[in-house]
Amino acid sequence: MKVTFKIWRQDSPDSKGELKTYETDGLTEDMSFLEALDHLNEKLVLKNEKVVAFEYDCREGICGQCGVFINGRAHGPHDHMTTCQLHMRSFKDGDTITVEPWQAGAFPIVKDLVVDRTAFDRIVEQGAYITAKTGTAPEANSIPVPKEVSDAAMDMAACIGCGACVATCKNASAALFTSAKINHLNKLPQGKAEQHTRLLDMTKQMEVEGFGSCTFTAACEVECPAEISISSIAEMNARYVKAKIFG
Amino acid sequence: MKLDSKVPEGRLEDKWRNYQFKSHLINPANKKKLNVIVVGSGLSGAGAAATLAELGYDVQCFCYQDSARRAHSVAAQGGINAAKNYQHDGDSVWRMFYDTLKGGDFRSREANTYRLAELSAPLIDHFTQQGVPFAREYGGVLVNRSFGGVQVQRTFYARGQTGQQLVVAAYSQLYKMIKAKKVEMLPRHEVLDIVIIDGKAKGVIARELSTGKIKRFVADAIVLATGGYSRVFRLSTLAIGCNGSAIWKAHKRGAYFAAPSFTQIHPTALPQTSESQSKLTLMSESLRNDGRIWVPKKKGDDRPAKDIPEDERDYYLERKYPSFGNLAPRDISSRAAKERIDAGHGVGQLKNAVYLDFKHAIERFGRETIEDRYGNLFTMYRKITGIDAYKEPMKISPAAHFSMGGLWVDYELMTTIPGLYAIGECNYSDHGANRLGANSLLQTSIDGYFILPNTINNYLEGELKAKRPEIDHQEFSKVEAEVKDQIQSLLDINGSRTVDDFHRELGKVMWQECAMSRNKKGLEKAITQIKSIKEDFWKDVKVTGSSDEMNTELEKALRLADFIELAILMCTDALQRDESCGAHFREEYQSEEGEAVRNDEDYAYVSAWEYNAGEFKLHKEELKFEFVKPTVRSYK
Repeated sequence: MKVTFKIWRQDSPDSKGELKTYETDGLTEDMSFLEALDHLNEKLVLKNEKVVAFEYDCREGICGQCGVFINGRAHGPHDHMTTCQLHMRSFKDGDTITVEPWQAGAFPIVKDLVVDRTAFDRIVEQGAYITAKTGTAPEANSIPVPKEVSDAAMDMAACIGCGACVATCKNASAALFTSAKINHLNKLPQGKAEQHTRLLDMTKQMEVEGFGSCTFTAACEVECPAEISISSIAEMNARYVKAKIFG
Repeated sequence: MKLDSKVPEGRLEDKWRNYQFKSHLINPANKKKLNVIVVGSGLSGAGAAATLAELGYDVQCFCYQDSARRAHSVAAQGGINAAKNYQHDGDSVWRMFYDTLKGGDFRSREANTYRLAELSAPLIDHFTQQGVPFAREYGGVLVNRSFGGVQVQRTFYARGQTGQQLVVAAYSQLYKMIKAKKVEMLPRHEVLDIVIIDGKAKGVIARELSTGKIKRFVADAIVLATGGYSRVFRLSTLAIGCNGSAIWKAHKRGAYFAAPSFTQIHPTALPQTSESQSKLTLMSESLRNDGRIWVPKKKGDDRPAKDIPEDERDYYLERKYPSFGNLAPRDISSRAAKERIDAGHGVGQLKNAVYLDFKHAIERFGRETIEDRYGNLFTMYRKITGIDAYKEPMKISPAAHFSMGGLWVDYELMTTIPGLYAIGECNYSDHGANRLGANSLLQTSIDGYFILPNTINNYLEGELKAKRPEIDHQEFSKVEAEVKDQIQSLLDINGSRTVDDFHRELGKVMWQECAMSRNKKGLEKAITQIKSIKEDFWKDVKVTGSSDEMNTELEKALRLADFIELAILMCTDALQRDESCGAHFREEYQSEEGEAVRNDEDYAYVSAWEYNAGEFKLHKEELKFEFVKPTVRSYK
């Protein structure tokens, strides 16, 4: 299989980037998309060129580190899939594949396809936890949590923090990410004590980081590998009103 | 040096309490004067960093990923064990201890293994408090399922994403302490060496991966929480960045390496499909609760699974191990699969897989129940293979997975270098020669949250009076220069082969000779081959780019350089141990039915290897079984 990659190359955060073209053959349909990039990188090394920097770690869809724009879509042509789960069988021999980094003001480019998503960590820092020290926990079954509550919390907690929601949003909004985190904890009895401060502090941080506002285009939920629905954002907004009144 | 395990006095049930009672304490005002470096941000690293910070220590936590939340504990799927006996099925701390000791084929310390079981129940309390959405019954209580090698239900889980949920909880707790300014987080920093001053661990040299900058960090104690090293096989279930560099460098600086060859080969990963493959995706062992494993009875049977009638299928685990069936422990299940595949019964494109079939479970419980239990695993399977496992069986194959081996640690989790600790998968502590499923999340969390924060004070109390070395101490300069030299030499070689090309070659040798089945001749050959790979690597590898920029190729090269050396030690260890135990199966030592034959008379010890200029010297920690009598490990 042979494809033409057009890949964004940028040496450092401050340098100017451009799309470069790489004809790549010797690929197979069984290869994952990232393995195709590995393959290209090996060829580049042998041609004495610098490798393309791109992110990955677990390569099984759970760590959230990988993520690029492929032909204009976050994580490639399929819904609800990470870049590492994409395989070359989704492309045809002779295709041209454009690969670009996430584009959002809050995610500055580090190099080539690598961006800095620490803004997400700083949102988490503002309250995506339950303030309780190790060693202070009551017996686990002493607080029953109905299955439907626990399941709904798990739906939200499934977020892998990849940033596809931000990257695909025309406003570069982090509402889906932030709402999932808030809803996960605020649904559980353990998270109730800090529900209002958590919500107000984390949503404030979204703005501080320069993420845009949500205008409910629902683009995010299509790409989300964890299939988190935009109803999560609606739920956060409802909670926001409640927090403003009672918080 | 004589190995002192520092196991406390008393009955098994009292040891941990006795230890804590006697250990030195540090008052809160003094704790903040002490600085601890934690390398790694997975469950043990993040758990330790957050808890140490809560206790008042000043902490710096490193990870090579862009965020602490990516650490590979995230990928553990099936669950975490705890002796809660919620199912009223006869479980207890003692039974869990015994299962774990037996599962490890009696090659771990009784006191450590008991403590693991003892602290398991409070850990579930802890994670529940931190907001982990464990699976629940309709009435709101927690649910359990079974894992391999046990006959009770003690595994807690959050769908097929238990590791992710626990890591996110640990990462959140860590960020709580970052907000409190008690932890400094250093993502995209890879620790490349350890600085030892006057015999004590006092600092690290790290490379900032986004800029290539080499930096020095000084501390009063250092905790390595760097995970497993099965990427030495190249194809493994591990994340691509997982590496053994920090523990290897620690080893070269004096930390003994225990049982390096004890590697768990996981029975249910997706089979390799091509040469260019970079990893093998794990399918959770929990699937074996409801899935049945089989191969066609007829050799080379090419019919699709659905066309093979029931009486022509060999459910070999149920046949060979009737009392545990599909939930036989991992080492045994993997070997059984290998045996069937080698005998010509393998299925799939490369005939390197076996079937894992849910047909009966779906008929019995309905698709909805199966979807509720394993939905995300089936989805993952479809995304990767394009196959709907509700309609046809999954194809699975053994893959390199967990490192039971690691840096030798005493009861306090301290290595043989004072002030240097190893926690989680990177140490050798509780699992012996084989780890039971769902004990990994358990051990790594307990090390980080409960044990280390209660043992490190015993050492740090003595450091209060010692003066912390200056960052420009000559030892820092020396180690930094060595790190820089290594990087420069790699860049200067400018040879003709890529890093991945060498890694593939190393992986093949290791998979062939030092994985599921080992023998003297093969291991001797492997050592010679790896030495020659090492020579070629340092003559002919090609790394482009420079040292003072983000350079992923250089990162890979540095990790591989260490893997190559570690591989030699792994083969040396496997060759020295003339017995079969757990995952260490030496073909020369097997029963007529092909089961492992252990030799307690000569090998009831932990092998701890000392590094000496490229040579390895063996030290033995005798394993004394005071409370349990080692038996033949049978799952028949």
